[in-house]
Amino acid sequence: MAFNSFKKLLFGFAFSPSLRANVFEVTRLASFFNAELIFVHVGEKTTEKETQFEALLEKCPLKPNDISVFWKEGEPIKTLANSCEEFGVDLLLLGALKRENVVKYYLGSIARKLTREAPCSVLLMLKPSIERIPCKHIVVNGFDSPQTQETVEAAFSVGCALSSEKITLVEEISESRVAVSVDDDRSLRKATLRKEKIDREEKIRVTDIIKKIPLAKTKGLKWGTQSIFGSRGYSIGHYARVVRADLLIMNAQEKPRFYHRFFPKDLEHILAELPTDVLIIQSKNNG
Amino acid sequence: MGKKNTALTFFKELPQNIFSGFVVSLVALPLALGLAIASEAPPLAGIIAAVVGGIVVAIFGGSHITISGPGNGLVIVLLAAITSLGGGDLYQGYLFTLAAIILSGGLLFLFGSLRLGAMSEFFPASALQGMLAAIGVGILAKQFHVMLGLTSVSGDTIGQLMQIPDSLLLFLGFRPFAGIIGVISLFFLFFYSKIRNPYFHLIPAPMWVVVGSIGIGYYYQLVLKEVVPIPPELLIKIPAKIISSLPRPNFEKLLDLDFLGVVVSITLIAVIESLLSIKAVDKLDLKKRRSNVNKDLRALGLASIVSGFLGGLNVVTVIARSSVNANNGGTNRSANFFHAIFLVLFVVLLGDQIQRIPLTALAAILVFTGYKLASPENLVRIYKIGPEQALIFIITLVTTLFTSLVTGIVAGILSTFITHLFLRKSLYLFSLNVFKPNVLMYREERTGNYYVSVKNFCSFLNFYRLKLKLDQIPESEHAIVDFSLCDFVDHTVMEGLYDYQRSFDRKNGLFETIGLDIHAAQTQHPFAVRKSLPINMLMGLKNSLTNRQKNLSDLAKQLSWEYLPKINSNPKGIKGFLFFESKVVNYSVNTLVHEKQKFRVFDLSYSEGAFITKEDLKGTFLLFKSPVALPVFVLDKEDFKTALYQWAGFNDINFKKHPDFSKRFHLSGNDHVEIKALFNSDLIYFFESHPIFHIESNGKQLLIKGNDRLSGLQEIKIMVTFAKDLVNLLKKQK
Repeated sequence: MAFNSFKKLLFGFAFSPSLRANVFEVTRLASFFNAELIFVHVGEKTTEKETQFEALLEKCPLKPNDISVFWKEGEPIKTLANSCEEFGVDLLLLGALKRENVVKYYLGSIARKLTREAPCSVLLMLKPSIERIPCKHIVVNGFDSPQTQETVEAAFSVGCALSSEKITLVEEISESRVAVSVDDDRSLRKATLRKEKIDREEKIRVTDIIKKIPLAKTKGLKWGTQSIFGSRGYSIGHYARVVRADLLIMNAQEKPRFYHRFFPKDLEHILAELPTDVLIIQSKNNG
Repeated sequence: MGKKNTALTFFKELPQNIFSGFVVSLVALPLALGLAIASEAPPLAGIIAAVVGGIVVAIFGGSHITISGPGNGLVIVLLAAITSLGGGDLYQGYLFTLAAIILSGGLLFLFGSLRLGAMSEFFPASALQGMLAAIGVGILAKQFHVMLGLTSVSGDTIGQLMQIPDSLLLFLGFRPFAGIIGVISLFFLFFYSKIRNPYFHLIPAPMWVVVGSIGIGYYYQLVLKEVVPIPPELLIKIPAKIISSLPRPNFEKLLDLDFLGVVVSITLIAVIESLLSIKAVDKLDLKKRRSNVNKDLRALGLASIVSGFLGGLNVVTVIARSSVNANNGGTNRSANFFHAIFLVLFVVLLGDQIQRIPLTALAAILVFTGYKLASPENLVRIYKIGPEQALIFIITLVTTLFTSLVTGIVAGILSTFITHLFLRKSLYLFSLNVFKPNVLMYREERTGNYYVSVKNFCSFLNFYRLKLKLDQIPESEHAIVDFSLCDFVDHTVMEGLYDYQRSFDRKNGLFETIGLDIHAAQTQHPFAVRKSLPINMLMGLKNSLTNRQKNLSDLAKQLSWEYLPKINSNPKGIKGFLFFESKVVNYSVNTLVHEKQKFRVFDLSYSEGAFITKEDLKGTFLLFKSPVALPVFVLDKEDFKTALYQWAGFNDINFKKHPDFSKRFHLSGNDHVEIKALFNSDLIYFFESHPIFHIESNGKQLLIKGNDRLSGLQEIKIMVTFAKDLVNLLKKQK
């Protein structure tokens, strides 16, 4: 199914030291996407808070046309997830926390659960800033899944909106597909040849995905591919960090199961240690 | 390469493998006997292990030039097993131990089948060194007394060490003759590598000791017509009927905890010793092949099972014998096979002579082995890497000596981990990340290089993950390992990376490590990172010039060349020469360079062989660019050794027209036509009329080697003149 650009954004806010940066960032994003922005606060509503927030919104340099603020009460995760459905939101924005003293980011428990349960796409923001940091390089997953087509289209659409320079499609290929374990020179040669073959196949597959995207979207964006043999979900995060990507775009995973917490799959690796801003695309195919 | 071609090469190389197998069997015989006796097993148990190992591993193994047989490391475990399991009855203990050997063979086979070859990476390098040193001390402590002819000394390792001074005072009054043979043998072993006579070196040192001591026995018997003054209990005994006297392994203690402990220790040491040896021997392989470690472990397990049922010790890959194989031109597993066959021949044909070998001579070989394992140099080397490494080494050594091998290695692992915690001051980093994947490898689309990035930390705990990726890179490629996202890299990893760098160098690939220098500046902790590249420690040691260096500097002025006294750990340009293929180059020093004509004279330190057969050598070399393209060839003096090589299948190119040249020179190379075209009458006359050097061509450059030692000033002058004349002659030919 073709990807429609984001029309409704939702940001759940709380009065934290990073609120100012967060608000600046999301208003800017919404205006780039030319989308409607909904702020939701879960918790007690006071006039003091209200005026403070109003003042903050006033100062934003770039604002979308349509901003609305809602004050709700209840359990945060449920309330936010419900609001997403209620307003028909297609992108939920969440801020990540930074680990003290260490340059590592992680999700708070609320954000983490929301990421798993949200009915729409989710953007995890690592370092919201008051000044704009341009999003130059986007890394997007290209693995073999029905959702990928939409995710890749989303990447190009976001890339256009944020005027990025480059998109890299990463195909993570499980080592088990090589099916040759390297023991000596002969098996190494065999494994290397097989990898080259798989690599070529993957390239063709990924190029086909891009060919299906309307030309208007791919024009003006440089794109490349990179295949990585390694554990799925892990390698792409590490890769995004190595190439200093500004945004990593991933498929939402098929319905998470309980045991995935213990045997991290795909997204879990990335959620455990955010390499950069992460955008998770919830495909419309994925019930 | 097709199957037919492989078979053809196999048969073509068969003679040289038979030859190499023969030389190896000369070392293997005394070692096999000695190691068995040192473990209090019957002497033949060692031979059986070597024979079974040679045959089984040759057939089922996955390495190429390794030799298998009874190992040094196992002596201590087997000795403890035989003495303790039998409850004082040595023979009964031996039968129990055989059962343990069979079980451990099964475990080893399982290890190989489950592809756990990488397990050895879980042992920190310094702890392993400490454990090996403890084994060395154990062998030395016991065998020193036997070497002096005193077999009655008993007690634990420390007690035996304390008694060494007493024994030294005592032995002359007790059994002086046998003891003196032992002491002389020991001195001989220490000074063997100092004697640089090529004929003399044809027979390995341990065999000289055995042959010498048998010879003395015959001298007494045949010339002096006297009884040999060595008491019979100090001579080897071999049962008259070998086949019928095969022992039966005793499985009664199968569920006994002590027994299972023995099985675990034997397996542990067998795996460690084999894997370390295979890794080291791969670096000596002329054909630069990579061994299939897991297949080899399976074969070793199988061999141990067979050997155990036949009454032999367990079979491991052994470094000293394998290096002898590499040095004598062994190219495939048939050398291992033939070494076994020659051992059988020795026992069948020379049984009587073997029974004349005094135990004191064998003990001397073992004392030498023990000394090499526990050599203080190792501790000094480790101390230079970092004081904390020396601490780990000593903790492991002492714990092993006072308790057991398994406790020792556990103590080593724990102390390493605690040291890491102390150095990094963060339990968090290790505990949170140890089970997570931390390595990313991909082939860069643009350059085709392999890029490897390591995150969080990299130490002995998770080095196997990095290794798994690195092993998938062909060594002829360009690999870049980036540690800039990694907070901690330990010594084990640094040493492992250095190994990779060497294998990549050998296959003309490039292995680069990046991100560590920035990292050091950021966190100031990564210890020994630069130091753990062993050669670099030598840098900056020499500040003032020696007399020879001053002379060299003067010579450089005289020739208007440039003189560089500095040590260079990675001398360039010598990789392509056959001479260095089975040798390890340590460093070059005292370089004289002539930039314009591309002449380079330098002293080179390199080593040949490994462990007890290791010889550190130094020589002066001259390297220069040939004015014309040359075929690859090696030209050397024809002597007894090269004649023997020729007999063993190494080719020598002869010229009918120049009988004198053909007789005096040994010329070899693959492209006979090209070589014959190059060596015309003028060139041959030139070589005939000049001093003889070892000369090699790698196609573009020529390498001239002086003596088997550093050359004097005069000799260097002669070399330079020789090279200049040769260049002129080659130019003229063009």
